[in-house]
Amino acid sequence: MHVYILRRLILMIPVLLGLTVIVFLIMSLIPGDPALAILGSYATPENVAKLRADLGLDKSMVEQYWIWLTNMVQGDFGRSYSLNRPVLDEILERFGATLILAGTALVLCTIFGLLTGVVSAVRQYGWADKTLTFAVLIGISIPSFWLGLLLMMFFAVELRWLPVSGMYAIYGGGDLPDLIRHLILPSVTLAVVATGIIARLTRSNMLEVLRQDFIRTARAKGLDENRVIYRHAFKAALVNVIPVIGVQAGFVLGGAVYIETVFQWPGIGRMLVNAISTRDILLVQGGVVLVAGSYVLFNLFADVIQHLLDPRVKA
Amino acid sequence: MTSNAVTGPNSNPHTNAKKRSARPSAFKLLARNQLALMGAVILVLVVLIVIITPILPLPDPDATDPAQRLLRPLADGHFLGTDHLGRDLLSRLIWGTRVSLAVGISASLVAALFGSAIGIVSGYFGGRTDNIMMRGIDMLMAFPYILLALAIVAALGPGLMNALYAIAVVNIPFFARNIRGVTVGIAHREFVDAAKLSGKGHVRIILTEILPNVMPVIVITISTTVGWMILETAGLSFLGLGAQPPQADLGSMLGEGRKLITTAMHLSAIPGAMIFVLVMSINLLGDGIRDVLDPRLKSGALARPAPLTRIDRTDEGAGTTYPDDTILAVDELRTEFVLGDDSYKAVGGVSFHVGKNECVGLVGESGSGKSVTALSLLGLVASPPGTIVGGRVMFDGKDVYGMSEDDVRDIRGGKAAYVFQDPLSTLHPLFSIGDQLVEAIRAHNAVSYKDAWAKAVELLGMVRIPNPQSRADNYPHQLSGGMRQRVGIAMALANEPRLIIADEPTTALDVTVQAQILKLMNNLRNDHGTSVLFITHDFGVVSEICDRVAVMYAGRIVEMGTTEQVLHHPAHPYTKRLIDCVPRLGEPDRRTSAIPGLPPAVNNLPAGCAFADRCDRVEDACRVGSIAFDDLGEGHGVRCIKPMEGADV
Repeated sequence: MHVYILRRLILMIPVLLGLTVIVFLIMSLIPGDPALAILGSYATPENVAKLRADLGLDKSMVEQYWIWLTNMVQGDFGRSYSLNRPVLDEILERFGATLILAGTALVLCTIFGLLTGVVSAVRQYGWADKTLTFAVLIGISIPSFWLGLLLMMFFAVELRWLPVSGMYAIYGGGDLPDLIRHLILPSVTLAVVATGIIARLTRSNMLEVLRQDFIRTARAKGLDENRVIYRHAFKAALVNVIPVIGVQAGFVLGGAVYIETVFQWPGIGRMLVNAISTRDILLVQGGVVLVAGSYVLFNLFADVIQHLLDPRVKA
Repeated sequence: MTSNAVTGPNSNPHTNAKKRSARPSAFKLLARNQLALMGAVILVLVVLIVIITPILPLPDPDATDPAQRLLRPLADGHFLGTDHLGRDLLSRLIWGTRVSLAVGISASLVAALFGSAIGIVSGYFGGRTDNIMMRGIDMLMAFPYILLALAIVAALGPGLMNALYAIAVVNIPFFARNIRGVTVGIAHREFVDAAKLSGKGHVRIILTEILPNVMPVIVITISTTVGWMILETAGLSFLGLGAQPPQADLGSMLGEGRKLITTAMHLSAIPGAMIFVLVMSINLLGDGIRDVLDPRLKSGALARPAPLTRIDRTDEGAGTTYPDDTILAVDELRTEFVLGDDSYKAVGGVSFHVGKNECVGLVGESGSGKSVTALSLLGLVASPPGTIVGGRVMFDGKDVYGMSEDDVRDIRGGKAAYVFQDPLSTLHPLFSIGDQLVEAIRAHNAVSYKDAWAKAVELLGMVRIPNPQSRADNYPHQLSGGMRQRVGIAMALANEPRLIIADEPTTALDVTVQAQILKLMNNLRNDHGTSVLFITHDFGVVSEICDRVAVMYAGRIVEMGTTEQVLHHPAHPYTKRLIDCVPRLGEPDRRTSAIPGLPPAVNNLPAGCAFADRCDRVEDACRVGSIAFDDLGEGHGVRCIKPMEGADV
């Protein structure tokens, strides 16, 4: 087990490196001279040349990448010019809020996705299955940013049950119940699509598994049907669904960009959108690397769980 | 899905059914799928409107009119109202839909073009090219979905075209992987090799041989992604990173409307609803098409089998009486599989009984209905599609089909236990064998886990598994085939059953292991006084273990008697031919001929004797009416109008 985790951790290094290369290459697509962009079009050529040297823009691409990478490994993600503070401080602060939101959504979509899928499979072609299947299709097709707005209008503006936006109340908030109240609408909205995807996959996997010979064996043993479905079939189906839950972490982290914008959640997604509008490239770079890196870690986590559940999976 | 490759003989009527198609056609299935139809209608409607937009009598979508700002829907002259600049919302909605649809489809096509190109090149050339390209694709997939698009837009700057490129790039890996998979499958087929030998260049081969074959997959992949693409581009526009004013797509309309959501909700509600309807209709249609293309859905192979076979009897047997010490009595059992408009009579009226401490063999070719008979006894035939349509099964004096589900469950694994063929697929792969034994024990006895575990270890020892203590912790895949079959037997013995129903327990094993298993079963029978119903196609096995034998053909018993009678004086020509198939030690010159021809399809049984077409003694009377099961005395019976008297094998 430890060997497996260690191996996976080592295998993760090239993936993370590749990730930084891609981010670096994308950022080099930026048209124009960053030095000129910073100094404005009235800058003198001498000043531009000086800034270019200061920023390391006169070095080769490989050198630039190497400097960027080694700085990053040492915790130096550069300085955000629009916020005038170190990128790392900003993204770590924001990332916490995103993790709370995305983590909650991931838990919700896992629970409801599995539940919906199993119920759908067990009641195949019954009204419950038909209703759920249709609901799942709606969940997959609905634009999450629109759903967020609708939920906000209904539950926060009309009914006034929940706060409209933000992470904490401005006055007198800050405790856990306050956070939970603020968390409900955005996390539910964020979870909808992933719930649908997990539910679909769970349903088809359950149906597949329920036809397997070992299910017939379980029945031939005289086990009661609940045990057959929830222990035997579910475990076998779960093993196939877990990697997809890992993939859903990516959808949830990405989808957080919309949801954070809709609900004014102070997370990294909203920060990225703002940074893109203000062309704060270092902030974008840092944020993307951090989120993508954490996604890689999460997938590793999902693989380890699958490995724990399935004795057949080797490395 | 390796376990599906090895289907037990019980599924034979099923697989046979797949070949002879009489199932609903693809078109019927799609038409029957009302949701898909609805999706198609909506989508066609939207596309039509979008195509004729320029000639529709709509106001200019960009014409502002401050006096008419923020009108609610159904206002005079503005069906959907106006926005904050007094622009007509209906006109903007339709023009916006046009943009969104165009961008979504273009992004799909761009992603399909590059993704497919990568996939085809990677799959066609293989080796290093493949390796490098796929590692690159893996890297792209290591990013959370939308994040990569954001990074690209960040670099290129906001704008509709840039959003299009970003979304397209993000979806390239999906295409590349799908198409590569298909290409690898055909890159080494004969026609590609032939093209290479004929001196065609790689480019020509790819364009003329590979591309036409992967095209359907590309089209299907596009249809499943286009909805996503529309959603994602709308999302980027919503964030202000896509369409820039005055240009508008549905996403940017929604984004602008959001700012006024509390004063004029229709500004965000309507464009959002349009995106939703558009994507929903595409997904409904896509799902419908996918379902139609999925052969498993047509064959009913995706239906969930019920815990108990469906029972819908037209009769309850002939009321035959059996000796007092009978443990299992089967009376005119009939089991059918209904697939589409066809019904397959897998078991067409089977009667036999098993006495106490007796071993009865049920012999026949694959597809003769012997396994379905065995599974029918305790309602384990998968249903749908299986149904028990007639007859009666008395276990220990009680009618199994008249029992409640709970009562049947009580018998299963308790007084009557199954041993299946191919223990790799019949044992649960994710539970240790000890665990699975414990479960069997505790299903019928209220004992603690610890006690049950001790009993499980004892059972493993009983079936001669070395080091049962440590073996109990093993998973099925860690054991050899023979070991696994012993586990299967141990599981059947867990609750000291009075009857063991063994469905080809030795078929998947090699000969020496087979002999060991047979010896084991014989010993257990002698020690515990258990009755055994032994299903096999192998007369060699029958002679070793069975007291009496029933021979099945096309769903019916054609001959029954003591092992001595059936093996040495077969009365039915089929039995004789079957025995001739078994090679014998010390008789190398003996002809071991296969029986010519195939058994008849059980959905289309001929009148008279089902074996008539393959029988060398056939005469006209064989093909008329139904052939009765005649008693030859001393418990020997045969379903033949001209039994072979005194045949001596």
